[in-house]
Amino acid sequence: MSTPPVIDGHGHDEPVDENLPERDDLYANPGVHEHLWRPTDVDPKAEKRAERQVATLFTLSALCTVLFVVCYVVVGPDETLAGFGAQNLLFGLTLAGALLFLGIGIIQWARKLMADQEIVEYRHPARSSDEDRATTIEALNTGIGESGIGRRPLVRNSLLGAAGLLGVPAVVMLRDLGPTNAQVTENPPFPGSGITNTIWDKGMRVVRDVVGTPIRPEDMQIGDLINGEPEGIYVSPWDGEPLEGVALQVNKSKGAVVLVKMEPEEIIPGTGRENWSVDGILCYSKICTHVGCPISLYERTTHHLLCPCHQSTFDLADSARVVFGPAARPLPQLALAVDADGYLVAQSDFDEPVGPSFWERG
Amino acid sequence: MDTSKVATSNATTAATASKPSKIGALGNWADERLGLAAMGKKNLRKVFPDHWSFMLGEIALWSFVVLLLTGVFLTLWFVPSMGEVQYNGTYEQLRGVHMSEAFASSLNISFDVRGGLLMRQMHHWAAMLFVASMMIHLLRVFFTGAHRKPRELNWVIGCLLLILGTLEGFTGYSLPDDLLSGTGIRAADGFIKASPVVGTYMSFLLFGGEFPGESIIPRLYVVHILLIPGLLLALVAAHMLLLVYHKHTQWPGPGRTEKNVVGYPMLPVYAAKAGGFFFIVFGVTALLGGLLSINPVWKYGPYDPSKVTAGSQPDWYMGWPDGALRIMPGIESEIWGHTISWNVMLPILILPVVMFIILLLLPFIEAWVTGDKREHHLLQRPRNAPTRTATMVALMTMYGLFWAAGGNDIIAIRLHLSINQITYFMRAAVVIGPVLAFIITRRWCISLQRKDNETLLHGYETGIIMRSPEGGYTERHLPLPASTAYTLTARHRDPEVNGHHEAVDANGVAAPGTGRLEGLRTRLRTLMWSDNVQKPTREELDEGHHHAEHEHELQAGLDHSADGHQFDGHHLVEDETLRGH
Repeated sequence: MSTPPVIDGHGHDEPVDENLPERDDLYANPGVHEHLWRPTDVDPKAEKRAERQVATLFTLSALCTVLFVVCYVVVGPDETLAGFGAQNLLFGLTLAGALLFLGIGIIQWARKLMADQEIVEYRHPARSSDEDRATTIEALNTGIGESGIGRRPLVRNSLLGAAGLLGVPAVVMLRDLGPTNAQVTENPPFPGSGITNTIWDKGMRVVRDVVGTPIRPEDMQIGDLINGEPEGIYVSPWDGEPLEGVALQVNKSKGAVVLVKMEPEEIIPGTGRENWSVDGILCYSKICTHVGCPISLYERTTHHLLCPCHQSTFDLADSARVVFGPAARPLPQLALAVDADGYLVAQSDFDEPVGPSFWERG
Repeated sequence: MDTSKVATSNATTAATASKPSKIGALGNWADERLGLAAMGKKNLRKVFPDHWSFMLGEIALWSFVVLLLTGVFLTLWFVPSMGEVQYNGTYEQLRGVHMSEAFASSLNISFDVRGGLLMRQMHHWAAMLFVASMMIHLLRVFFTGAHRKPRELNWVIGCLLLILGTLEGFTGYSLPDDLLSGTGIRAADGFIKASPVVGTYMSFLLFGGEFPGESIIPRLYVVHILLIPGLLLALVAAHMLLLVYHKHTQWPGPGRTEKNVVGYPMLPVYAAKAGGFFFIVFGVTALLGGLLSINPVWKYGPYDPSKVTAGSQPDWYMGWPDGALRIMPGIESEIWGHTISWNVMLPILILPVVMFIILLLLPFIEAWVTGDKREHHLLQRPRNAPTRTATMVALMTMYGLFWAAGGNDIIAIRLHLSINQITYFMRAAVVIGPVLAFIITRRWCISLQRKDNETLLHGYETGIIMRSPEGGYTERHLPLPASTAYTLTARHRDPEVNGHHEAVDANGVAAPGTGRLEGLRTRLRTLMWSDNVQKPTREELDEGHHHAEHEHELQAGLDHSADGHQFDGHHLVEDETLRGH
């Protein structure tokens, strides 16, 4: 069924605001374009052709679906095709074919064969009619009046109080999402717990990342950078066992350090840090003081360490002072010493919290 | 061929069944219980106007459906646990490595579940498409004035969809627990800790203790597959219901008014086009998932809090706050023993919230400035609201510069530039760039308005060059066809803005109020309208036509039999009645 195009010659026909200029039309509204028949509307050959096209597209879609299932059964996980993993490539192509041919077919059908007369529908203002409004307000007032909520403040207020109070358990019950910092600091579930301290302690060896072997000062050459870990994550200070799970992850995220060796005369020691280095070897927290990424990009000639996340740059020769980027504080420095066996050890834990700033940091 | 009557095969016979059919019986059964006919009467032939730009929101809708479908598939294998396991699957390079169950199951989906990698990649591509199409749809709506009354609330819902979609993306790409996403979560922990007073508590509660803990993945999982999708579904439904209630906006044109909507009926044309388009969006994500690798987590390896990769970047839609974070100077202050990290708080906790609130309020700010309380269903061309268009382009410029700053390391490496200089440049550019963009866009729009008037008054260029007996060359201009001229002029004149400080309306009445806020409003009204070019007056139009006729007479002797219409593409050639040939 086709609706004849409506020729609307009555100008713009729109709402008016007395504070804004009304629209003046310079030309009469010519009305909706006259509908023009498509080839497929008037030429049976074109119509048949379009019909065949659509059916072909649907058939191709079905074919791709079948191919998809065939590939699913036939193609092995290790096979490759033109440098791609064959499974993913073939699954993707056949599925895409099945979907695209179907979609294109349906749209072709809509464009070539379905009726294409534009039709006109009238809008209504979003607001309700005055009559509806009056009726609704009357019903609302009647309902509120019958409930007596306005006349019985005692009932109303006690209801509001009681219902509002129900929000409290909803918040309170979130309390056990996790322990607070105070709790884990007071009753540490594992060594190195709490935001202000780490597992580092007097005499704890600095060991190589991943392999866990201790380091002698003479193992390092000028310009070297070694990623270090506290030995405590391999040998727990509590029971001598390696840390696991959360204890390991937390301590890795706070205890990771970098060791760098430079010419002793290049070092500008901070006040009170004169004896924190051993033979030109300095040790800093690896955790960026900006938002906590582990830092690793070292430029040996300038002694600059760059954070790959937000490009804060620290001068390791000068107490890890911030020389560039968004970080506000130097990396905490770990005071080094050498133990009786000649290995690098910490003089103590860091003298300030590692990682990003927080409110209570002070 | 005979074009005077319609072929017999198309839409001429009524679809009345000759005898009660099974479908009819089913319809009767359903209607007696659900009253479907009343609903169908109104909506089955509901009219939707046609324009390519109305398809952008559809891409967002359909990619959301693709996300739901592929996401359900992924949940069947994904294990949202941070419990440590040793990997023993197919991917040889990581065999024997300790990792979380979440990462191991992501590898399992990628290598051992047939079609798993395809679904993972389609899910990720669809997520990118979802956020991108929402943004472009938002721009289309704003540039064409579709956010005006009565659609302001639908704009708000759309903005909520955008922010929820972004959060959904962040929680989603964090789930595999690979090195890159873990670094993202670690930075997020830094952001949370930078919140004044409650930061540390929030971090400890969110992570179930100290970072990284073993609770964050399962918690993000429930947010990702239940909480946010539920909200998204509800808001998408509300968005669609309001769309149906308001009826879609349309471009002005012949027969199109503020009180009607001209287009194709829902059944069959629009249903077929939209339904077909779903399969196209689905098919395109399948093509992307099959051909283009995305988030290859096996290359990043499992998360280890002491490791990081160079060039760490979030997914693109999280890039702009990251850029703000990168170019922010390192300012931190200590007040009474408490630390305030302005360097993190301003770019990450405050800036995005401020930008989002500005976005939410745009329709309300505009309505307050213009004082326009009318309903608007006819769209505006961006050029006809130069200040509005320039405002959004300024916001886009700021977004783009922040986003580029989020890739400052990549820019530095690829273009061999100093990262420090890029950063300093960006600090200035995010302030100056939007201002420049505003000025340029506004003037550009005004020039385009001028061009429209030029065409209306002097006709369009036909491309026919004529030589006069003196040897001079002129190009013939012809008047616009009536429908084009109508479309170009089917717009309001802007209210007159008088000088600098006082706006008067069309009746010459001064705007009321003299408070400071009213002063601001007056200045904004001036900015909104003062330089705009209005469509010609009737007198100008008549004069233009006289002039054209006069010119025509002068050229009459030079005429070739071709009057120009044959070549201009604006007119149908007389015998040509068919389209599409």
